Amino acid sequence: MLRKKECVAMLLAGGQGSRLYALTNEVAKPAVAYGAKYRIIDFPLSNCINSGIDTVGVLTQYEPLELNEYIGNGQPWDLDRAFGGVHILPPYQAKKKSSWYEGTANAVYQNIGFMKTYSPDYILVLSGDHIYKMDYSKMLEAHIKTGADCTIAAIEVPIKDASRFGILNVRGDGLIYEFEEKPKVPKGDLASMGIYIFDAETLYRYLEADDKDPRSSKDFGKDVLPAMLRAGEKLYSYRFSGYWKDVGTVSSLWQANMDLLGDEPLFSLEDPDWRIHSRSPIAPPEYLGRSAKVENSLIALGCEIDGTIEDSLLSTGVKVEEGALVRGSVVMAGSIIKRGAVVENAILAENVTIREGARVGERKAGTGGIAVLGRNLSVYSGAKVAAGKILDGDYKGDEE
Amino acid sequence: MSYSTVGVIFSNIHDEEIPELSKHRTMASIPFGGRYRLVDFPLSNMVNSGITTVGIVTKNNYQSLLQHLSSGKDWDLARKDGGIILLPPYSNESDKPYFSRLEALFSIKSFLEHRKEDFVVLCDCDGVLRIDLSKIVRFHDENKADITMVYHEAERISSSYSIALSPDKIGRIKSLKIDPAVNGELLPLYINIMVVRREYLIDLVENASQYGYTSFGRDILAKNVDTMRIFGYPFSGYYAGIDSLQAYFKHSMELLNGSVRGEVFGSHDVYTKVRDSAPTLYKAGATVKNSLISDGCLIEGTVENSILFRGVKVGKGSVVRNCILMQDCLIGMGVWLESVISDKGAVIRDGRHLAGCEALPYFIGKGRML
Repeated sequence: MLRKKECVAMLLAGGQGSRLYALTNEVAKPAVAYGAKYRIIDFPLSNCINSGIDTVGVLTQYEPLELNEYIGNGQPWDLDRAFGGVHILPPYQAKKKSSWYEGTANAVYQNIGFMKTYSPDYILVLSGDHIYKMDYSKMLEAHIKTGADCTIAAIEVPIKDASRFGILNVRGDGLIYEFEEKPKVPKGDLASMGIYIFDAETLYRYLEADDKDPRSSKDFGKDVLPAMLRAGEKLYSYRFSGYWKDVGTVSSLWQANMDLLGDEPLFSLEDPDWRIHSRSPIAPPEYLGRSAKVENSLIALGCEIDGTIEDSLLSTGVKVEEGALVRGSVVMAGSIIKRGAVVENAILAENVTIREGARVGERKAGTGGIAVLGRNLSVYSGAKVAAGKILDGDYKGDEE
Repeated sequence: MSYSTVGVIFSNIHDEEIPELSKHRTMASIPFGGRYRLVDFPLSNMVNSGITTVGIVTKNNYQSLLQHLSSGKDWDLARKDGGIILLPPYSNESDKPYFSRLEALFSIKSFLEHRKEDFVVLCDCDGVLRIDLSKIVRFHDENKADITMVYHEAERISSSYSIALSPDKIGRIKSLKIDPAVNGELLPLYINIMVVRREYLIDLVENASQYGYTSFGRDILAKNVDTMRIFGYPFSGYYAGIDSLQAYFKHSMELLNGSVRGEVFGSHDVYTKVRDSAPTLYKAGATVKNSLISDGCLIEGTVENSILFRGVKVGKGSVVRNCILMQDCLIGMGVWLESVISDKGAVIRDGRHLAGCEALPYFIGKGRML
C-alpha cells in the first residue's frame, strides 16, 4: 500500500522579526514567548494537530538553535510520528547547488523533495508570526469543494490598515480576481492571512517556474500568487472571522498579550475544544506571598510573587519582590523584579533583572511607548528606562 | 565511580493509612503539592540520582497510576532499555493477591532476575523528600552492607507501622524495634528507602518463601539483625511522612513555607505528568495571599493559605482559606471554605459554607457536588 498524507503543512519560520528589535537578537520570531507560557509557533503547530494534519515541515534559517531545541521531536504537539510528524528543514547543501532560502517561495521550493516523500494531494503553507486558532481542515474542505488551485485564508481588516497587507479583491463566491501586495490605495479590506492551500502538483509546477525566473523575488505574495492569477488558475479566498493577530511589531505583540486579559478577554488559551499545546517547563506551582497583590493577570508556574501585579503576563519562574510594581507589562521566563522597582508598559525578555528601585517604562505611554528589554540584561538600582526605549545591554542610567 | 542501580517503587503499601484519598487510587497516585502525585517524589529522586530503570509494583486501584505514568516520558523514562516498568500483580504462584512487602517482592522476582544492575533501591510512596540516592548506594558499598536503611530523626506520632533503628557510631544497626511506643521521644525512624545488592535481595526473597515468611520487618530484619550487616543512613533534610489525612494536610501546608519549598522543589527538577493547561488567570477583584496555585486556574475570589491544583475555579465573592483543592474543583460564587480538603472535581455550589479545623480538615470526596 502506498503510504501517503492527504495534506502536508510547510511552516515558514525563517523570518528574523527585525521589528521586534531586542526580542529577536538571539531567537527567530516564531520562538518568541507569548501568553505567559507559549511561543508564537505553538499556534500554527497546535492548529495543525487539532486539524488532523500530522506532517509539518518547519523551514528555519535565522537563529534556528533555540527553535530547533524547542520543537525537538515534536512530542508536546503529538507530532512525534513514525511516518510524518514535525521536521525541521534548514537550508542544506545539495549535489548541484546550495543556497540560503531566498524568499518564502524559494524556501518551500528547496524542500519539494521533503513534500514528495508523503505524496500529498495538498500543501498547506503557514507562517510563524500570528496568534490565532483555526481549523485548517475546514479550509481544506472549502478548497476541495470549490475546486480551487489555491485557496487563501482571508480576514477583513480596518480599511486604514489595509495597505499593510496583501489585499484580495474577490467576487461574491470568493473567487479572487485581483491580488495587491501592500497596496498604497487599497480597493478592498479583505487581507490575506498568509495561509495558503495548494494542489500539490500545481504548487510544484509554479515553484519550479518561479525558480527559473531571474526577475522573481521568490516570494509567495509578490511572485507566485500573482503568476498563478495571470495564468488563469482558480484562486479562492476562504473567510476567517475569529481572533487573528500579527505579532510582528513590539506594539502588536504587547497588544496581543493584553488581549488575553480583561473582563471579557478577546482571546482565550483555556479552550478544551482547541488546546494550544506547548513544551511545558518543569516548575512547581506559583507562590503568591503574604504581601502579594495580583489582579487581571496571567501568571505561569514557578513564579514567586511578593509584589503588586496588575494587567500583566508573567512567564515561568519570574520573581517579583515585595514593594515592586509590575503593571501593563509582559515579563518573560526567569526575570527578576527587585524590591521597590517599577515596571510599566514594558516587554522584558528572558532572565532580565530590574534592580532595587529602578523604573522601566510609563503606564501612560500607551501602546506606542512600550519599553523593550533584551535577554539577560540588568537595569541598575535607581536607573530609569524611558517609555518606548529599547535596550539590549545592561543599563546604568541616562549618562551615556 | 557510578554504581549501576535499578529502582523499585511500591505503589500500594501504605494505602490503608489514608483511606479517604486512596479509595479510588494507589498511595502513589495521591495528589500532592498543587500539581504532583506522591510517586513523583521517589521517581524524581531516582531520575536525578541517575537511575534509568524503575519497576513500579502495583496491586490494585492502579488505573490512575497508569494514566499518570503513561510511557514515562515526562520523567525522561521512556527508554528502549529499562525506563518505567509496571509490575502488576502476578498470580501464577498462588490464587490470592499478595499483601506484604515480602510477597510483593516475591511477585517481582523474575523482574529482579532479568535486570543486570548490581544494586536495587527500594522506595515507598509515603514520603516527600529530596535525596541523592546515589550517595546511599556508595555508602552501602563502602560499608560492605547487606542492607542499608534510610532513617530520619523524628517523633513517632501516628500508630501506623514503623521501625525504629539503633545505629552505632559507624551506622551499623545491631537492634531495631518494630512499632516503638508513641511517647514523644525523637527516634531514628526508618523512612522506607532501602538499598540492597540485587543478587542478595533475590536470595533473601527465595529463602523467605521457602520458610513461608511474610513480613520483611519481622521475619527478615528483626530476626537477622545480629548476623546481617544492616546499616542505617541518616537523612537530615526536610522529610514529610504522609501516614494519615492529618499528616497529609500538615505537610501540604508546610509547602507554603519558602525554605521547605526550596528544599522540596530545589532547582525545579521534580517531574510530573504534563498537562497542557494555560497559565492561571487572576481576574480583577481577586485576592490571593500565601498560596500555591497551579496552572489552568481561574480566580475571581479570595484565596489565602491554600493549595490549588490544576484547573480549579474560584468564583466571585468566595473565600477559600487553609484549603487544599485538587484538580478541577469548581467553587461557585459567595462560597466560604475553611480547612477543607477537596478531592478532584468536586463542585461547591453558590453560597455554601463549609469548615473543618486544622486537626480535622473537612474532606470532600472525588467528584462530589455540594
